[in-house]
Amino acid sequence: MADEVTLLNTWPSPFGIRVRIALAEKGIKYEHKEENLQDKSPLLLKMNPVHKKIPVLIHNGKPICESLVIVQYIDEVWKETSPLLPSDPHLRAQGRFWADFLDNKVLDCVRKILLTKDEKEAGKELIECLKLLEGELGEKPYFGGEKFGYVDLSFIPFYSLFYSFETFGNISIESECPKLIAWAKRCLQKESVSESVADPEKVYHFWEQRKKKLGLE
Amino acid sequence: MEKLKLLGTYTSPFNRRVMWALKLKGVPFEYIEEDLFTNKSELLLKSNPVYKKIPVLIHNGKPISESTVILEYIEETWPENPLLPVDPHERAIARFWIKFMEDKDKAKKDCLEVLRTIEEHGLKEDKKFFGGTNIGLTDLVFGLLAYQWELMEEIVGVKLMEVHSFPRLHTWAENFKSVSVIKENLPDRDRLFARLKGRKEVLVGSSKSH
Repeated sequence: MADEVTLLNTWPSPFGIRVRIALAEKGIKYEHKEENLQDKSPLLLKMNPVHKKIPVLIHNGKPICESLVIVQYIDEVWKETSPLLPSDPHLRAQGRFWADFLDNKVLDCVRKILLTKDEKEAGKELIECLKLLEGELGEKPYFGGEKFGYVDLSFIPFYSLFYSFETFGNISIESECPKLIAWAKRCLQKESVSESVADPEKVYHFWEQRKKKLGLE
Repeated sequence: MEKLKLLGTYTSPFNRRVMWALKLKGVPFEYIEEDLFTNKSELLLKSNPVYKKIPVLIHNGKPISESTVILEYIEETWPENPLLPVDPHERAIARFWIKFMEDKDKAKKDCLEVLRTIEEHGLKEDKKFFGGTNIGLTDLVFGLLAYQWELMEEIVGVKLMEVHSFPRLHTWAENFKSVSVIKENLPDRDRLFARLKGRKEVLVGSSKSH
């Protein structure tokens, strides 16, 4: 029986990009449905009744929500191809720790930059977080070591937002965290990444408009 | 024997869920009570330099931080008495609810809304625990609802989790507390009461909308 895979998503979402990269890494064919979050589809409301948010992966009719939960699901179901998490439990724990750091510490700064007037203060806090990540990367080509892995996949979608962070937050990620920029460019050489990430300028314009609408300019 | 140390505090629910997981698996460990306010140990600061928080599990010298990360590590390292389902979709549901509990304070929902969501979407009539017939990681993460809630209501003076409004949650709490490892490892009521009372302002804040 052929698998039926659908992804409910919106193009600017870094969380959706994570899932797209995971699906591309595994070579999974799927249907992409672009949602309008101002007018959510009945399908989205039915598949994610708790949060009513994207991304949602629907596999043979069953929904999976939360980007990192989805990525782990994909890794477990399509386990023969391109593993996303390492096999060693301690390395897996490290991966989960840093992905959790992204979804808590880093995301707090991101929200403040994009959704509040405290952009510049949040910009400074973001640089502190990025420096910690840069420290964790060290001299390795990827967070996962020699190969692109779970933390790389979880983090690279935010690269599409770097231009927005720099412009709104009045920071220069390139000068403060040059190793991270080098890492991002390395990741972008992978087809699964370059075909999934959003265009930074397009993303910037999206958030610029959103800030105007929210009266945050 | 593998060297296993757990750095924690008695009243922390994040620490307690890790202890429950280790005890449910029958894995022996050395527990070290940390003094978080005046004197965090060198070991803690070295083992969790990013957050400097408990719980931290140290296995053969290697530290793991963040309670949900520790729980997954325990599950993978000691697969006996499994605490996650085998089916990937069921596992995804378990992880979804774990994340829900972790994010509840950021979700800008008030307590009642959170309880209502769990009651309506998280718990099923025919299931004893979140995952089904057996206790699992999701139950451990929700565990504080089973023992801390009544105390909080007493301190704050507001009854929030009424039986008739939340029958499934109440049934789940009874099922949870009757598991022998849990029953034998609940925090002492008076000790917990004293700790929570000291944080009354925080509790009052979290019981209102935000």
